[in-house]
Amino acid sequence: MSDDLTRATAADLAGRIASGDVSSVEVTQAHLDRMTAVEPAVHAFLHVDGERALAAAAEVDRARAAGETLGPLAGVPVALKDVLTYAGAPTTAGSKVLQGWVPPYDATVTRRMLDAGLVILGKTNLDEFAMGSSTENSAYGPTHNPWDLDRIPGGSGGGSAAALAAFEAPLAIGTDTGGSIRQPASVTGTVGIKPTYGGTSRYGLVALASSLDQPGPCARTVLDAALLHAVIGGHDPLDSTSADAPVPDVVGAARSGDVRGMKIGIVRELGGEGYAPGVEQRFREAVDVLSGLGAEIVEVSCPSFTYALPAYYLILPSEASSNLAKFDGMRFGLRAGDDGSHDAEEVMGLTREAGFGAEVKRRIILGTYALSSGYYDAYYGQAQKVRTLVTRDFEAAFAQVDVLVSPSTPTTAFRLGEKVDDPLAMYLNDLCTIPSNLAGNASASFPVGLAPEDGLPVGLQVMAPPLADDRLYRVGSALERALEERWGGPLLAQAPELVLRPELVEGGPQ
Amino acid sequence: MALTPDDVAELGRLARIELTQDELAHLAPQLDAILEAVAKVSEVAAADIPPTSHPLPLQNVFRADVVRPSLPREAVLAGAPAAEDDRFRVPRILGEDA
Repeated sequence: MSDDLTRATAADLAGRIASGDVSSVEVTQAHLDRMTAVEPAVHAFLHVDGERALAAAAEVDRARAAGETLGPLAGVPVALKDVLTYAGAPTTAGSKVLQGWVPPYDATVTRRMLDAGLVILGKTNLDEFAMGSSTENSAYGPTHNPWDLDRIPGGSGGGSAAALAAFEAPLAIGTDTGGSIRQPASVTGTVGIKPTYGGTSRYGLVALASSLDQPGPCARTVLDAALLHAVIGGHDPLDSTSADAPVPDVVGAARSGDVRGMKIGIVRELGGEGYAPGVEQRFREAVDVLSGLGAEIVEVSCPSFTYALPAYYLILPSEASSNLAKFDGMRFGLRAGDDGSHDAEEVMGLTREAGFGAEVKRRIILGTYALSSGYYDAYYGQAQKVRTLVTRDFEAAFAQVDVLVSPSTPTTAFRLGEKVDDPLAMYLNDLCTIPSNLAGNASASFPVGLAPEDGLPVGLQVMAPPLADDRLYRVGSALERALEERWGGPLLAQAPELVLRPELVEGGPQ
Repeated sequence: MALTPDDVAELGRLARIELTQDELAHLAPQLDAILEAVAKVSEVAAADIPPTSHPLPLQNVFRADVVRPSLPREAVLAGAPAAEDDRFRVPRILGEDA
């Protein structure tokens, strides 16, 4: 029974809870039990509050029994990336500098989920301040990929993706700055959506790079992602960069799955050399599936995408160096060296030395350099020009086609530790996902099979124009239906059973 | 244009991060390699290309000028590393002779 509940989709669970077939408390308990069994090996969560989750579930059950009108996902559990605030629960952003900080307010994304009756299970692991592609930069230890515990679950939202793939939660929230929703989705065989910039509120998000960050839904099915998108999306007066536009009918698009007559562009620059053969193969097969379903496939060139990665690794550190200046040990979080012998400036330096990990320091220093007098024009200024060119490439492409596609990542999940000392190799993982963050358009990753050489999941990225997020869901659901028919069920059903090995058992702060 | 550990120490000072000798030695070559890789952006030198700082056209957003409740003082100070007399307690800011 409980295994059945943890493997069910969010849409199915919501229906069963609404009909009284099962209670939200039972569903929530089943996921907490699953966590007890697998969490020591996966380490997807940094903080779990079972009592609070069960109390929230009981409240939904009470409201349903009283005949109150509830939202379409009421009573369904969800996991929240530990970079969004949830009043009364610790928020660390994966950093020591925020260890033990308990925010007194809810992020808008959190608030909307609570108002819709979703049950928050806990906070998921991430690369420190969402800087990374492997979740190895978390100050609280890495998350393991449920497909192979020796491999990375992607980053920075590895915790959210792993929680889904390990059946610890049917839904999760991620944030995507350069691919941190799509890349983990790709390497765990799950669905990840980066909404249009401004389509979901950034209020209550611990900012990494404000012009790039975007919260979004993570799920195991396309419809589940759409249902969650509809809950969290839409204008927020608390976020001055929130788009004042209605959320497109993402749920309708996810139910339709009709790509007949759609024009789909393959981005020439996002493929070929450097892409694993199995990734290329599954990508091509998925494109053939879409063609078979009535979509028209054309090749499109976006020449400036070649410059997107270097531009991103100047813009992101520059914005991060500014955003992370608030972690100075004065008003919240860690304070080091406050022994009476150091002045405030020295305490700031000592606090940031003690509180930040290697990748965060590397990027802050890089950003400080890129913004410094004499180098600003050559680095930051040029990077912002690349951003213009990338946006123009997208505009030209979307004048010809409805959506663009590429592999989500150049390779499948690599081994933990493999790239940890080579930042440049690590950065290459975000090659395909970064252009959408620079331009702010909607983008997603959908599972399209396992690479023959290593049996690990491959993702297909779909990119749509700003505010046309519904197109992602049309393509995603068409693919999902056709591929699941071919596979005889969801891709995750092919994942090996989690084997708990003692050497992988480790604990995060609870 | 190789960065020396001294250059990195100066950047650390500007960024208010004390760095150990080990970190300085480690970071200098890594930052060099990254800077070399990202220098590719300078190939896009055309003067007529305007820079984009943000994907949305930004404008200031005003709210109605009415008093609303803010976070309670206790809730804000509860997260502080040190508080005293309903205020943040911070280390000395001015020198002894100030």
